[in-house]
Amino acid sequence: MFEQIAFYLFSILTIGLFLVTVLSNNILYAMTSLASGMVLISGFFFLSGADFLGVVQLIVYVGAVMALYAFGMMFFNVTKTIKENNTSNVLVFVLGVSIALLMVIMFAAPISPEVIFASVQPEPNTTNPEAVGLVLFTKYLVPFEVAAVMLLIAMIGGIILAGKKMDQSLTKTDDENITQKDIK
Amino acid sequence: MIGLNHYLIVAGLLFAIGLIGVIRRRNLLMLFFATEIMLNAANVAFAAISHYYNDLSGQMFAFFIVAIAASEVAIGLGLLILVYKKQGTLDLDDLATMKG
Repeated sequence: MFEQIAFYLFSILTIGLFLVTVLSNNILYAMTSLASGMVLISGFFFLSGADFLGVVQLIVYVGAVMALYAFGMMFFNVTKTIKENNTSNVLVFVLGVSIALLMVIMFAAPISPEVIFASVQPEPNTTNPEAVGLVLFTKYLVPFEVAAVMLLIAMIGGIILAGKKMDQSLTKTDDENITQKDIK
Repeated sequence: MIGLNHYLIVAGLLFAIGLIGVIRRRNLLMLFFATEIMLNAANVAFAAISHYYNDLSGQMFAFFIVAIAASEVAIGLGLLILVYKKQGTLDLDDLATMKG
């Protein structure tokens, strides 16, 4: 009963918030609704028993990714509403939904539910974080290490890309000056 | 009772919303938001399948998707800042300089 109420509440709210993200013309509105949608997505994870994944979603997306976006937005002029040369909405909606449907049919239709079997079952009498840890550090150890190296590379790349000429203010100086200097 | 199909339908709807955003948007930052939505829709589907088949592989893949999304945002925002410094705009139509 409560599971159903929670599921429908979460799904309606996430779909509405992500629609605001996609359709809004104000970057601040889009980012706020994206962050609250991420919080509600973690509700789906808690509902489907993936407690650790829900906590990771809260920490990584709502904590780190949204903070990074908010930080990155300080470099751009976000107070004005952005003007976009949008294509017709009906065409975009029809195209988007039909492409998503086509991909589902292409990838999911050949898989019949009978041939799917659980290959990595959780250990009996363990909570979800325990079971995740046991699997992550045994069977998925190499991908875990590769992901760690990838995150380190991404961090170094982010610092090197964004760290150049940090002493110049982008919003206060004229855009023309910086463009001219950068080209030379 | 909430079945697997309910979760998959919601994940498909979220993915379609993200895809609509990718097609419709002309601002690079908004394009990044739309890709985040698509990655999250895939995560919801993975977690639900992992729950209903009592298999932890789905959650593992969701973890790696989260890690990839985090590094994508770090690199992508660095590139966006560089583009904004050079061009002064994030609009895709203004960035299209290779006109044939």
